[in-house]
Parts: sequence; C-alpha cells; structure tokens
Amino acid sequence: MSRGGVMTIVKRELAGYFVSPVAYVFLVIFLLLTGFFTFTVGNFFERGEASLVSFFTWHPWLYLFLVPAVGMRLWSEERRLGTMELLLTLPIATWQAILGKFLASWIFLAIALALTFPVIITVNWLGDPDNGVIASGYVGSVLLAGSYLAVSCMTSAMTRNQVISFILSVLILLFLILCGYNPVTDLLSRWASPQVVQIVAAFSVMTHFEAFQRGILDSRDVVFFASVIGFALFTTGVIIRGLRAG
Amino acid sequence: MIKVENLVKNFGPKIAVNDVSFNVERGEVLGFLGPNGAGKSTTMRMVTGFIPPTAGRISVGGYDMLANPIPAKRLIGYLPENAPSYADMTVHGFLNFAAEMRAIDGDARKRAVNRAVEMCMLENVLYQTIDTLSKGYRHRTCLAQSIIHDPDILVMDEPTDGLDPNQKHEVRNLIKRMGANKAIIFSTHILEEVDAACSRVIIIDRGKIVANGTPDELRRRSHRAGAVAVVVSGVSAAQLSEALAAIDLVAKVETLSETPAQAIVRAHPQTPEQKPALVRAVLDLIAQQQWRIEDLRTEEGHFDEVFRSITLPDTMKEARP
Ligand SMILES: Nc1ncnc2c1ncn2[C@@H]1O[C@H](COP(=O)(O)OP(=O)(O)OP(=O)(O)O)[C@@H](O)[C@H]1O
Ligand SMILES: [Mg+2]
Repeated sequence: MSRGGVMTIVKRELAGYFVSPVAYVFLVIFLLLTGFFTFTVGNFFERGEASLVSFFTWHPWLYLFLVPAVGMRLWSEERRLGTMELLLTLPIATWQAILGKFLASWIFLAIALALTFPVIITVNWLGDPDNGVIASGYVGSVLLAGSYLAVSCMTSAMTRNQVISFILSVLILLFLILCGYNPVTDLLSRWASPQVVQIVAAFSVMTHFEAFQRGILDSRDVVFFASVIGFALFTTGVIIRGLRAG
Repeated sequence: MIKVENLVKNFGPKIAVNDVSFNVERGEVLGFLGPNGAGKSTTMRMVTGFIPPTAGRISVGGYDMLANPIPAKRLIGYLPENAPSYADMTVHGFLNFAAEMRAIDGDARKRAVNRAVEMCMLENVLYQTIDTLSKGYRHRTCLAQSIIHDPDILVMDEPTDGLDPNQKHEVRNLIKRMGANKAIIFSTHILEEVDAACSRVIIIDRGKIVANGTPDELRRRSHRAGAVAVVVSGVSAAQLSEALAAIDLVAKVETLSETPAQAIVRAHPQTPEQKPALVRAVLDLIAQQQWRIEDLRTEEGHFDEVFRSITLPDTMKEARP
C-alpha cells in the first residue's frame, strides 16, 4: 500500500498539469526556447556536424528558469491553500507525499524533454550522428532537470509565496551552475590552488553534465545528480517537519 | 477510541494548548467550544497527526499517534478548518483521489464515492471543478472526503461553517446519525449545535479546558437554570416579588418588567433541580392570592450565557492589564 500512496499522488499531480492551460503554455515555451537556443544561439546548422551539442549545451541555463517555474508551486501552493493539512493527515508517510509530488513534476519535465524528439529526427536526417551520445545527453538532461526540480521543491516548502520560492530556487541553482562554469573557474584559479578549484567545481552541475554530453555515462556523475536529488528532498522533509512543529 | 493526555502545544513563547486531556468513545459526539484563538483547531491538528504536540500523548483506536501514525490516521476522517481541497479537480476526481489514498479500490471505491456524494448532497456538482463551486459546496466536498472511508473516528473543525440554514440542519443531523456508531469530535461557534448534535461538550479557553460535561450539565450551570418567570395581572411588581421571595425554595427574584396592567417577575431556585417544586409553589401562591396569571415560563438555562460566564471574565481580565 505504501507504493500505492506515492502512485496515487503522482497520478493526481500529473492529471493536475494537464487540466490547466499553464502546462500547455509551459510546454510551448519550453519547445520554443530549446529551438531558439539550439538553432539560433547554438548555430546548429553552421556547426556542420551531426550532433546535438548545440542542443544540450544550453540545458543548464534553460532549466535555470524553466524548472523553478514548474517546481515553485509544489509545496507553497499546498501551504497557501491549506491542502497540506489534508494531504499529511492521510494515512501516508510525509516522504511519500514529497516523493509523489516530486516524481509527478519530474515526469512532466521528462515529457517536455521528450517532445524535443524532432531534433533527433532532424539530425539523423541531415547526417549520421552517434545516437548513443544523443541518448546519453538525454539521460544527463533528465537527471539535470531532476536535480533542479528537487532544489525547487525544497525552496517551495520554505514559503507560501511562489515568487519567493522561484527566486530562491534560481539563486541556488545559479550557484550550482557557476561554481563549475568555465569563465568562473578560470577566474577562481587565479587566486586559489587548482585543488580548491577542483573541489568547488565538483559541486557544480556543469562539471557533471558535460560528461553526459560527450556520451560518457560515468557512475560518479549519476551518483552526483542522485545525491543532489536525495539531499534536496530530504531537506524538504526536514523543512516540512519544522513547519508542522511550528 | 480517542484518548488525549496532558496535551501541550507551544508556538515559540505562546502556549496555544495547555494540558488538555479527554477521551471520546464510540457512540459519543464531543463538541468543542471556545472563543477565537482558544486552541480548538490546534488540538484537532494534534489529534489528527498534522502537528506534533510539544508534550502529551495521543492515542487513536489504540495506536499512538506519534509512534504509529499511519494505522492511527487510517481510522480517522478529518475535515480541517476552512475545508481545503484541490481546486483544480472535479468533485468526483477529488473524492476518487481521497478514496484511492485510503486504499479503497475497484467497485468498493465507486460505492464509497456514491455514498459520500449522497450523504453530502453533491450530486448536482459532481463533475464541476472545485474552484467554480460556491463556498458551501466546497465545504461539503471536503466533508465528503472526510467520510469517504466510513471512518470509526471523525474530527471536524467547524463542519457547518459557511453552510446555509438548511444545510446546517442536514449536517447536524448527519453528525448525530453517524455519532451512534463512531467517535466524533467537532468544533463550532454555534451554540445550538451543541444541543442538536453533541452528547458531551468541552469548553476550551486560552488553551485550557474550562468545562467538560453533557449539554444538560453545562446548561444547569447557567444562573437562570430552573428559574420560573410569571406574568401576573392586577398586582404590582413589588407585591409579587415580595410574595415570591417569601417562598422557601427561592434564592433570588428579579423584576423583568412592569406596566400598570401586569408585572413580570422571575424567581430563581437554589438549585436547578428544584424547578418542578418551584413551579408548584408559585402556582399555589398565585391561586391562594387569587391573582390572575397570564403566563408562566421556565428556564432550562442558556448555553450562550454559560459560555460567556465561563470564558468572558478571563478574556476581559486579559484585555485590562
Ligand atoms: N502555526 C502557528 N504558529 C503560531 N501560532 C499559532 C499557530 N497556529 C495557531 N497559533 C496560535 O495558537 C492559538 C490557538 O489557535 P487555534 O487556531 O487553535 O484557535 P481556535 O480555537 O481554533 O480559534 P478559532 O475559533 O478562531 O478557529 C492562537 O493564538 C493562534 O494564534
Ligand atoms: Mg479554529
């Protein structure tokens, strides 16, 4: 029955996405933006290579705003409407509610990502790409979205206000990007020893996402994203427990 | 079924619930009364496992709410204050969700939803989105959610809030009916509801239980309980009062009104139980004096008066530092 609780919540939340026009608006914006970054900013055609590098490169930045837009309401809305009281007095554990809500949004993001499949068709039609690399890029992108989402889930539990939840989440994610973003690490290496730079960069989603784009599925990168998700969801649980204790 | 011992809840320095203990057994309907901010909702939130107590024990159907929350919560149906629900769902979808979360599947779920819909009279809005419902219907939707699994224990925070008079009446009857084989706690600000539905009442004020008893017991605390008011013509109020005061049973007389044509005087017995004896004595007196009696009213005591006398002096003290 314990898995049933999680699945019921996933179903409810997912259904919630598709009855609201906001979800469709989100999907359209998501697809337009990925298209824009891939083809215009990323110079997809001018590159003259059959790969999705220009597609995946932008995902950490694209998700920086799009994922918090999905995650910001997760718990803040439950708090604002008082449905949290309803949900958490049902015969389920708090972690089941957290996991269920998280999974539903993650699945929604995965659906959005899956809808980018025309780029795969395009690149296969134009040339002869390594589809293994593309698959690995998608896996990395889903994990990246999951980590961002878990962070947004955490910030959404901190406040009833979705806007504050969004801003907090963007700030934390920006930090997670920048500590491994090349221009920043270059700057950092002028003052700090290479080991320090490396340690800081190890916390960055950039460092770990890069390998996936190159088609390298390293268990350490998977573990990194899984740890971010695990840590953020655990912290969500701690925050909710604190809220209830008053 | 519900056993609460020495419950305490602090919010920072504020003591919201202070050493509250009570039991509710199957077949009992416990009414929770108290001024705003008394701690009723906070107590209910602890009983239903939404917030942990600062101190104290809660046992629900034999399960400790802190140590073993899931089986305890399975037994409870809960209508939170302000009746929250998922606004983007239809009534039907929401009730299905509630049933599924309670692990009611297949045909049983269909039956459970139908039953709750019928009991809360939601047939007309079944496929309407909750955020398009009127307040009363939203409230009933959340009420339906709380009884979807036919729970042994019901906790309802202001179940008749926002309902029209007919619906209030229906919901009271529903509570009373269900109370026959469930343990129910509900809070209210409507004192008639206590009479209409409760078998026992707890009045809570600033976190503490200040009264606990059956509605009749509490009513008898009213200083008017058992009083007899008579309307007599052809006699002055002073004369009537004097004669009534001379009766042994009478503790106090009050003149309620006086016109040249008639006087209205109320006599209070020493204890509410003396009411029948007092009625006889008053009638004997009037017959003996050959006064013309126009009307005679006896008082059962008033809840609002008891409520005020228990909770008001203290709040006034607080207001005057
Ligand atoms: N989460 C919280 N944080 C801080 N204080 C709280 C919290 N919840 C309740 N309180 C305080 O605890 C006290 C009791 O509140 P509670 O909601 O239990 O009152 P109530 O009896 O239900 O009142 P009402 O009749 O207005 O519904 C109030 O003073 C309230 O301000
Ligand atoms: Mg309340």
